[in-house]
Amino acid sequence: MSTNQSIKNPNVSTLGAVKKERKLERCVAMVGAGMSAFNMFKDRDSKDLFAEAFVEMSNSVDKGLDPADIDALYIGNFTNDFFAHQSHWGAILSDSLGLVPKPATRIEGACASSALAFREGVFAIASGFYDVVLVGGVEDMSKGSTETVAEGLALAAIPYERKAGFTFPGVFGAIATAYFERYGASRENLMDITIKSHGNAPLNPKAQYKTTIRDIMGSKIKRAKEKGGAVPDWSDEKDFLRDPIANPAIAWPMHLFDCCPISDGAACILLVGEELAKHFTDDPLYVAGIGQASGRGLNAADDLTYFEATRYAANEAYDMSGLTPADIQFAEVHDCFSIAELLHIEDLGFFKPGEGYKAVADGLTKLDGEKPINTSGGLKCKGHPVGATGAAQLIEVWEQLRHKAGDRGVPIDDLRIGAAHNLGGTGGTCTFTILERR
Amino acid sequence: MDRPISDYQFEQFLQEEKLMGAQCVGCGMLFVPPRAICTKCHGSEMEWVETKGEGQLVAFTCIAIGPPAMIAAGYDRNNPYCSGAVELAEGPRVVAQIEGVDTRNPETIKIGMPVKATFLRHGADEDRKTVLGFTPVDEN
Repeated sequence: MSTNQSIKNPNVSTLGAVKKERKLERCVAMVGAGMSAFNMFKDRDSKDLFAEAFVEMSNSVDKGLDPADIDALYIGNFTNDFFAHQSHWGAILSDSLGLVPKPATRIEGACASSALAFREGVFAIASGFYDVVLVGGVEDMSKGSTETVAEGLALAAIPYERKAGFTFPGVFGAIATAYFERYGASRENLMDITIKSHGNAPLNPKAQYKTTIRDIMGSKIKRAKEKGGAVPDWSDEKDFLRDPIANPAIAWPMHLFDCCPISDGAACILLVGEELAKHFTDDPLYVAGIGQASGRGLNAADDLTYFEATRYAANEAYDMSGLTPADIQFAEVHDCFSIAELLHIEDLGFFKPGEGYKAVADGLTKLDGEKPINTSGGLKCKGHPVGATGAAQLIEVWEQLRHKAGDRGVPIDDLRIGAAHNLGGTGGTCTFTILERR
Repeated sequence: MDRPISDYQFEQFLQEEKLMGAQCVGCGMLFVPPRAICTKCHGSEMEWVETKGEGQLVAFTCIAIGPPAMIAAGYDRNNPYCSGAVELAEGPRVVAQIEGVDTRNPETIKIGMPVKATFLRHGADEDRKTVLGFTPVDEN
């Protein structure tokens, strides 16, 4: 049985010879950035959160911003439609920021929505159509029950995964079993990632969880003593993470401390054409490389131990920038689950396939390691308001490259190049964005 | 077998306890679930073929906190269910619930173990529906 219409001669392309390499026709600069606090806010909605991010962004522009100079908005949002029963966030935010009649476009790419918004803003400027563009994202997730949030997030899984009962922790749990089997890693290796993220987070004033694993152990022991019950005697952080009472399975082998929290938050960034950057700041960042790709779900992906879309997106960004993985001095990667960070640091070329967990165990991805990963605390601790995450990751790169990251600053003298990797769904949408300080 | 290539028909076949795929007439690539357009050669002439329903488990998870439908089916922290990916003998990889495994002791579930298709009845009366599952093959 065939469809009524067939594709005639699908393999007749003669464009190969004329396809050019990807580059921006006009260089794009990042001149401002701001984000709201990330947490669960019963009393604040998306307008409130985005306004907070917008004010912080405006005040981050060294020479000041006249909002009237903003030509257009690109807003990432995954599914406030489901979480907050409200759609059409582009126009609503343009109005709430006093930017009407400036055009506003909402972009959806699951948890990669605001990295896509950033990319669309870059293209709008690179084409010459606009000069000053506000990009960002927002998500208002915490008003419903945990089950409702899980159901909303699962909308980004592919239909077959949902029908098979997969949740997102489940998808990443299954990927973890495939990785463990292939390379001989185990839950112990994922614990290294959790402990590292919780180590960075207390240094980030914007993080949702500013506690080390040791802090959490201490407070649980204190509470047990106060209650007069049995006092846990964990020998170290991994002993705590192995305890099924303290760290229960959500979707084995993903346990509670392998999973990012539920968060509300907003983040926004000001992009301008390169030649205009000096009107805003003497210290802009430049978009050196930007890649995006699509991937397939568990049933059709090339392999279950890597994300094909991350590899394509990274290659596109590396090719465009002329940079290699070794040139990236630090990166934010999409650690929605601990196993995800492991796959990303391999897919981005920082470590060879199957070597990532060893690099993590050796401390190479710590703040003072040779390739610091998720200095912000990552999605795990900074929080993951899904539609805001891609922009928030780029804000961490901004703060690091401009030496505004305080105690979590990457300890490299000549800090010039950082990158952010954002992922949506089961790796269905991936982006890799390289920023450079010249 | 002269039915349109669609997920709807794929699920109709499951009601009949058949695990069907769509095979590209042009290049022979097999898709389970079906696809209307071949992702290998972009041909769009497809035909239904029945698989043997045999394969091996290549990835799995035991889910303690499931979506509302699974909670309604009686699964929870104390009674997790297993979802997995199975590579069929014919090549395609499919995702499905894995039955007949010890979900409270996931270390006992082994990647690579042979499994066969089973057809799970979900819901009651007019909501009754057959969905795809897999169960371990007794190797003895």
